Amino acid sequence: MEGNNIKYWKGLEELNNEPSFLKNVHDEFPNQPTVDDNSPESDSISGTHRRDFLKLLGFSVAAATLAACEAPVRKAIPYLNKPEDVDPSVANWYASSYVDGGDYCSVLVKTREGRPIKIEGNKYSSVTKGGVSARVQASVLSLYDNERLKGALEKGKAISWSDADTKIKSQLEAIALKGGNIRLVTSTILSPSTKAAIAEFTSKYPTAKQVVYDENSSYGILAANQKAFDKYALPTLDFTKASKVIVSIGADFLGTWISPIEYAKQYAENRKVGKAKKEMSRHYQFESVLSLTGSNADHRTTIKPSQVGAVVASLYSALNGGSASKDFPFLAEAAKDLLAAKGQSLVVSDSNDENVQSVVIAINALLGNYGSTIDINRQSNYRQGNDAAVSAFIADVAAGSVDAVIFYGVNPLYSHPLASKLKGSLNKVSLKISLADRLDETASECDFVCPDNHFLESWSDAEPVSGKYSLVQPTISKLFNTRQGQESLLAWTGAKVEFYNYVQNFWKANVFPKQSTYSTFNEFWNRALHDGVFELALAPSASTPNVDVNAAISAISSSKSSSELEVVFYEKIGVGVGRQANNPWVQEFPDPISKATWDNYVAVPISYAKEKGLKQNDVVKLQFKNSSEVIELPVLIQPGQAKGTVSVALGYGRTKAGKAANNVGKNVFPFVSTQGNALVYNSTVTLTKTGATRQIAQTQVHQTIMGRHNVQEATLADYVKKNGKDHHTGKLVGDMAGRYVPMINVAEGGNAEGKKAPETISIWSEKPNQKMAPNHHWGMVIDLNSCIGCGSCVIGCQAENNVPVVGRQEVINAREMHWIRIDRYYSSAAEEKVGHYQEKEQPEDNPRVVFQPMMCQHCNNAPCETVCPVLATTHSMEGLNQMTYNRCVGTRYCANNCPYKVRRFNWFSYYSNNEFDYNMNNPLGKMVLNPDVTVRARGTMEKCSMCVQRIQEGKLNAKKESRRPQDGEIETACSQSCPTDAIVFGDMLDPESRISKLLNVEKEGRAYHVLEEINVNPSVSYLSKIRNPKV
Amino acid sequence: MHISSAVREPLVTGGKSYGDVTYDIVRHVENKPTKLWFIVMGFSLVLLSLGGFSLYKTWTIGIGAWGLNKTVGWAWDITNFVWWVGIGHAGTLISAVLLLFRQKWRTAVNRAAEAMTIFAVFCAGSFILMHMGRTWLAHWALPLPNTYGSLWVNFNSPLVWDVFAISTYLSVSLVFWYIGMVPDLATIRDRATKPLTKAIYGAFSLGWTGGAKHWQRYEAVSLILAAISTPLVLSVHTIVSMDFATSVIPGWHTTIFPPYFVAGAIFSGFAMVLTLLLVTRKVYKLEHYITMTHIETMNKIVMLTGSVVGVAYITEFFMAWYSGVEYEQYCFLNRMFGPYWWAYWSMMACNVFSPQLLWFKSIRRNLVATFTLSIIVNIGMWFERFVIIVSSLHRDYIPSSWRDFSPTIYDVGDYIFTFGLFFTLFFLFAKYLPVVNMAEVKSVLKSSTDKPSHKSH
Repeated sequence: MEGNNIKYWKGLEELNNEPSFLKNVHDEFPNQPTVDDNSPESDSISGTHRRDFLKLLGFSVAAATLAACEAPVRKAIPYLNKPEDVDPSVANWYASSYVDGGDYCSVLVKTREGRPIKIEGNKYSSVTKGGVSARVQASVLSLYDNERLKGALEKGKAISWSDADTKIKSQLEAIALKGGNIRLVTSTILSPSTKAAIAEFTSKYPTAKQVVYDENSSYGILAANQKAFDKYALPTLDFTKASKVIVSIGADFLGTWISPIEYAKQYAENRKVGKAKKEMSRHYQFESVLSLTGSNADHRTTIKPSQVGAVVASLYSALNGGSASKDFPFLAEAAKDLLAAKGQSLVVSDSNDENVQSVVIAINALLGNYGSTIDINRQSNYRQGNDAAVSAFIADVAAGSVDAVIFYGVNPLYSHPLASKLKGSLNKVSLKISLADRLDETASECDFVCPDNHFLESWSDAEPVSGKYSLVQPTISKLFNTRQGQESLLAWTGAKVEFYNYVQNFWKANVFPKQSTYSTFNEFWNRALHDGVFELALAPSASTPNVDVNAAISAISSSKSSSELEVVFYEKIGVGVGRQANNPWVQEFPDPISKATWDNYVAVPISYAKEKGLKQNDVVKLQFKNSSEVIELPVLIQPGQAKGTVSVALGYGRTKAGKAANNVGKNVFPFVSTQGNALVYNSTVTLTKTGATRQIAQTQVHQTIMGRHNVQEATLADYVKKNGKDHHTGKLVGDMAGRYVPMINVAEGGNAEGKKAPETISIWSEKPNQKMAPNHHWGMVIDLNSCIGCGSCVIGCQAENNVPVVGRQEVINAREMHWIRIDRYYSSAAEEKVGHYQEKEQPEDNPRVVFQPMMCQHCNNAPCETVCPVLATTHSMEGLNQMTYNRCVGTRYCANNCPYKVRRFNWFSYYSNNEFDYNMNNPLGKMVLNPDVTVRARGTMEKCSMCVQRIQEGKLNAKKESRRPQDGEIETACSQSCPTDAIVFGDMLDPESRISKLLNVEKEGRAYHVLEEINVNPSVSYLSKIRNPKV
Repeated sequence: MHISSAVREPLVTGGKSYGDVTYDIVRHVENKPTKLWFIVMGFSLVLLSLGGFSLYKTWTIGIGAWGLNKTVGWAWDITNFVWWVGIGHAGTLISAVLLLFRQKWRTAVNRAAEAMTIFAVFCAGSFILMHMGRTWLAHWALPLPNTYGSLWVNFNSPLVWDVFAISTYLSVSLVFWYIGMVPDLATIRDRATKPLTKAIYGAFSLGWTGGAKHWQRYEAVSLILAAISTPLVLSVHTIVSMDFATSVIPGWHTTIFPPYFVAGAIFSGFAMVLTLLLVTRKVYKLEHYITMTHIETMNKIVMLTGSVVGVAYITEFFMAWYSGVEYEQYCFLNRMFGPYWWAYWSMMACNVFSPQLLWFKSIRRNLVATFTLSIIVNIGMWFERFVIIVSSLHRDYIPSSWRDFSPTIYDVGDYIFTFGLFFTLFFLFAKYLPVVNMAEVKSVLKSSTDKPSHKSH
């Protein structure tokens, strides 16, 4: 431009040199807004800088990209009118009772936003005393079972309740009018008001008769008591008073026999030892199957089912001064111990042979146990089934003399040995009604199915033991168009009542008058509803049986004794008799002994397997006595299985229970035999190898402890007699009996031998353990002596922490997700030897068994924490090893470096995944999820958090009241669910807490850390196991 | 100019002239690909796509597609990772360490060895990504500034050290390889007739003129890079070994690991170099450049490192016994006689016993024997990592958790993927880049003293 003199003005403003023009003369885009008007350059030439442009570009690209991968919108709909007592994120607890046939437990139900999500024990009940079992806790998931019927059915088609009622009522009336027989087949009914409702029904239809059927019948005891005491009832047992000797002949009272929660709680009281109490009961077990009870016994003798009578008879004669049979090891010792512990002992048997039970009654009477450990005047109602009546019913149906049948709470077409006979003749019954909650084996053969509510949707009550009443209250409104069975029965009598009112009226008339504490019924009712239980104090009273022992013994000895292979049908702790079989938690619950899931199998003794060349997982054909039907099952080699016997679990092989249970395992109910009228849960069988194999999904495949010290145990005698060595001082002290104290050679600062305890060694100058945890240090103590291995904690944890179910194949692949497991070890003959590893892998034929609950040990020098590349697992200020799921990239290094192998990896997406079609794959099943716990994504690691959500809740509640959390206020899911209180959780910095006191006492005693020698310094301590064998 | 004694055996035989060298090497770049090349390339691409499908499935299904379980959290993934990293060791050793030690014989093999190194590290890196449960968050393992507050990586974690070690190694090796190639790329550029070829090779030859200044700078940079790379040869596998050595697992928690791993890496690296070069030599007719002397020298290194590894195995056993730690003792006995005894004895047979054959000169100079042994050694080294990882994990402290591992088809498929990747890259390299460092080979031609024994071309 300089070379050219012609100048063009942009306009008059330039010509006139107007200030407004001059201001912007160098600005090409004068009105451009600047990105950052505050920046120092904002006055400079251009408003938009290259950097700003790039920033904007970057941001918009990022924003566009992010928008493209936006998560799907999920709507949360707020309450329009908030229910008064429902606060979002605050749990409500209701006292109720778990009742499933004759199984009973007083429970507290946790609900969140109106959904029951967890079941815990109710400490107000003096029957179950806050204990729960795996099955009780799993029952909350059965509520959200998609297989439950959504309404009444007539011949498989939906029908309205009013139509169903009209039709049923008119048919019943017609049948009653012509004098036709009506049969109401029920399970044991614990509820007095239900009994009243049934009584109303039978009085309306005089030809109606109730038949009580128990799949796990205790008819033998009932019949024996009928004879001896003229009472068709079970006695109440008190294992707390059996403080010296317990002899069980086959009864798995800790696992499955009658009322295991109650008995386990009582039993554990006499098994706990400590510095102040160095005595415990001695427990003899004579059994065929290695049961949970047998695995806890001090002496376990294997017998065949056909020898039960001989054992009982021999014991009786030994107690009477005779000599015990030499065929049964420890029988003489048991007799001697029993005689020395009159009134402080208990002899129980699960035999369904009336004669055996008569002798057992005589033995207990001889020992003066009636009135002390056993009380027939306060009866237990858990089993009321009458095998004779059931057989008569089936015969009547076959004869065509039954016109109407109502199945209430029973499924005999699945569970009765005569199911096929019943099924074949059921068409002779003109009206068949089932009250089952699903179209099960029996319901699908019925004309009408009037589905019952789940117990969490029902009002009812229970009287498990005379004078101990318990209420069942609903914790959610009905999910489906179902109706309580009692209401159905009452509706068919013509009464239109809500069962809530019915129960209330029943209590007003029958329970309220029995007490004097509350003057008004309202007050009484509210208290009972709050507590869940109302109990009358009844003193134990003695009674004298009237038993013809000699007749009973001769009846026993005349009974069979065969050389054939005997088979025992037993219940598993998870599946039981299969009532809750469609519950995936139950199916995936590892059997406490075999650690098997998702299947039943033939358990064979080691010797038999060797002899016949059978290997684990070989499929064999089972040909039972008196049956043409043959089933095939895989073999599981079971140490402790009595020679000459095999065993198969009941409760499997359901065909119409739902997708989780159908065709899982084989049903062996058809092979249950009968003796007289009683059902006898054993038979004889021949096994033939088929050549096929089917892998049994076990969560633990290595059986023995390999001579290692992660479980430490001693005998009571050593514990009392100061036979333990204190490795710090070298002195002999009893408290250290059986303890293994690893000591590390050090250059300086060691003891006389130049050694130091690993936990005192640190490369840091400050004392180990004190560098963190200024406020709380959460920890756990697990008493191996009280842990019976029942696995209640496994399900408690699963429910609390949204642990996914992975299915059989994934268990086979060793990828189960349980955060807590119960390690079970069998003893090996080579245990004490040095080396001999191959021998150490082989368990003994009749091994000692030990259980060790194992979960994240919350190490204070955690190997997992240092190796995570992204800090997804870190240590909290309160001693917790925490997992940040969001941060985890899934290298699995932490799991590899965990010496306890307690970390669990999400190999797949377990929720909303068709490959894992269990509860987390459907909206209904997802309702059980705990909203306080994250559902973990694919590719992340997870593990026990010590229920950090519960700790947080407890701390917040305390903070609101400006105080510290009190001991016992915060419980982890496992510690609250332990029926034997083996797990103590608490703050190790609170000197008043149970855990601190316990550790103070046991630090130089039974308390130890697993793998102490590698100095990972866990927050979980174990108390060594003390056994009490006769020396 | 390379001055050497008349009695010393020449490094390049056949009386090659400078022109011969250029022609022998560059003709493979300039000529159309041969039928053989298409066949092997096609085969590699088949492997790559089969493996790619497997990888796609692994990433869509989840790590559960593999055979891992609650006890064995790493198996084929990290075995393969360490194996590939180990293979990636020879290149840098040859080009850097031997450069510093003035081992002139390296000039004929360093280019291909370095290329192999880089491709092997790619394969190793792919396993780092593959083994993550949430690969899409892999960048979290890098110390990147972020909006999560002051959330950094865990500098205590050997996996983070791995990330640094591998990425440093890869970048330094890549630069070293590329800088070394600049004079050769310029040669190709100068000979190129097609404008596109000229432009591409021209761009990559960074304006190389062959002037004295350029040569002086080239030599200086090579020395500097060699000095930087030399510690990396030791550090990379040392750090990889720390993934195991810093853990608490019996069989992993071993201070002998760093030297043992480095020796093993060189061992497997040289074996892989031998495998590849014997084929390249044959196909590209490079017998005069990669002579029997080269092969014998490398065989000696294989024998040495193989013996070092063997001593390390024995030392481990001694330490397990001497430590008195029952877990260690069990771990090592379990390796020999436990469920994975076959893996252990395969490792021993391949790594310790078979290289001892190389004491015989006749075997060292036998092409078939060398080729077979080189493959056996790499199989053995794969088993070594498998034994260390799986047999230590599957039975560690708590017997209740003892479980065995068995691979699925996705474990195999993902391994095949890396083979596909490796060979695809190697064949691309063999076709488009000079497989022998012409510039450096020319510097070792024995042209000053010897007369050519016979004339070719």
